[in-house]
Amino acid sequence: MAKGVWIVAEQRDGALRKVSFELASTARKLADQLGEEVGAVLCGSGVEAMAAELGKYGVDKVYVADNPALEPYTTDAHAAAVAKVVKENDPAILLLAASAQGKDLAPSVVGKLATGMATDCTDVKIDGGKLVAVRPMYAGKCFGEVVVDTFPQMASLRPNVFTIVECAKAGEVVKFDAGLGEAKTKVVEVQKEASGKIDVAEANIIVSGGRGMKGPEGYGILEELAGLLGAAVGASRAAVDAGWRPQSDQVGQTGKVVSPNLYIACGISGAIQHLAGMSSSKYIVAINKDAEAPIFARADYGVVDDLFKVVPALTQEVKKLLA
Amino acid sequence: MNIVACVKQVPDTEAQIKVKGDGSGIEEGGIKWVMNPYDEFGVEEALKLKEKLGGDVTIVSVGPARSMETVRTALAMGAEKGIQIDDPALNNADAYATAEALAAAIKGIPHDIIFCGQRAIDDDSAQVGSILAELLGIPQVTFVTKLEINGTAVKATRPIEGASVVIETSLPCVITATKGLNEPRYASLPGIMKAKKKPVDIKKAADLGVSGASKSKVAKFAPPPARPPGKILCADDTPEGKAAELAKLLREEAKVI
Repeated sequence: MAKGVWIVAEQRDGALRKVSFELASTARKLADQLGEEVGAVLCGSGVEAMAAELGKYGVDKVYVADNPALEPYTTDAHAAAVAKVVKENDPAILLLAASAQGKDLAPSVVGKLATGMATDCTDVKIDGGKLVAVRPMYAGKCFGEVVVDTFPQMASLRPNVFTIVECAKAGEVVKFDAGLGEAKTKVVEVQKEASGKIDVAEANIIVSGGRGMKGPEGYGILEELAGLLGAAVGASRAAVDAGWRPQSDQVGQTGKVVSPNLYIACGISGAIQHLAGMSSSKYIVAINKDAEAPIFARADYGVVDDLFKVVPALTQEVKKLLA
Repeated sequence: MNIVACVKQVPDTEAQIKVKGDGSGIEEGGIKWVMNPYDEFGVEEALKLKEKLGGDVTIVSVGPARSMETVRTALAMGAEKGIQIDDPALNNADAYATAEALAAAIKGIPHDIIFCGQRAIDDDSAQVGSILAELLGIPQVTFVTKLEINGTAVKATRPIEGASVVIETSLPCVITATKGLNEPRYASLPGIMKAKKKPVDIKKAADLGVSGASKSKVAKFAPPPARPPGKILCADDTPEGKAAELAKLLREEAKVI
């Protein structure tokens, strides 16, 4: 019978990504409720040394495929490796990250294992021995509780939502052969964006601008505030469609659905599709001169005033606080 | 070139979503249905490819009778023919069951390249394209923002956190489209007229040899958690005063900065 709670750890450029610790901590919690072990799959080249770090967050066994063909990440190689080791060991639950890489990898693994998965979950629990995965649907306009009738019960977890808890376990390394065939896809180039840029999907704080920014140059004041706060700069669909900001910054139903600790909406009126994409933020601030803007109905703190005066003043206040 | 584009009919992005009283699903009354915006990027790329290299575009959709309108929209944009898979067994189908039905339909027609949206904006599962590629045993590139085809060589760009990755693979393959790939065209009036006469095959699950059975289900739908009413800051009427009050609250009350 299928047993154990497993994760697929994500690493890039020689380091585990933070979401891997979120996955490990969450898996530990579920495994303790079931009285089972936590396993982690770790694929890449020269990655064995990272296994011990997973142990710190509650992983009992780390299944390592160390193979130059697994670096850099490609869908077919990683999906083949993960599916192979999962089939051999039959875990009951398999958790992945709903990161850019995880969103690519997870459904391929679903296809290979012929099972079901709940995507981009914001909560997972055990009920009657089974996984119940809670996930926003319609970009957060409603939530669904998903159950998977086949094994492994798969879920991908939204980054930055699940708490990291240290819990030392063995992190014992179990090597496995990825059993790779001929590569069907190949990474030929990685074009890095400006260094230090934080992706909206991974940010703890997002400073976001909409139509009220009046043009691309208006975002300078948001960049400055974001720089101080270690935040990402987001944008509404109107701002992206106007060509003011890149598509990768768009928050909303046709962009990224985000759950930061703090979302500062500047000059965003709050179209339904935008509200859907950011309503699960812990705290929402709205700065808009139109007191009737729908965004104020969702905001914890609302400032009805000219954002071009409020944002620079807020930047000065934050400077004082951080000094 | 034999090009396939998969489409799904979904509620418009401006639609309010109301959960049924018993949590079994959403209220469909009053919803305006549209083509999934990410599928539109796929259809547009399919049409551009056909215009450049010749061939034809087949639209494949899984959905109830109302979905025919979305298939016709894609035909009005310029696709040649359609397959609509309409079966009660596939109502509320999960990603696996949907992909299985699509794969069965696509196996029956020539296919050099298959386009899907990176996700449908209703269930947000973001799985169908990848499962489809696995079931067809062909490579895939997901979340594509740029695509070049040269003979059977495929070069596709996909954004990841803080970077873009350029990937090479070969036909046949599945491409899932995301925003940035192109600007979808509108259907022209003559296009809409012509679309009415274009052939659409309606298939049942049994015609395709699939059961329609899902691997997962949404056991319960719920509205999003209510947010407590917020504060409008007005301790001081100047922008500077409001900014100072906001900074203080974020630091001391919310503890987020």
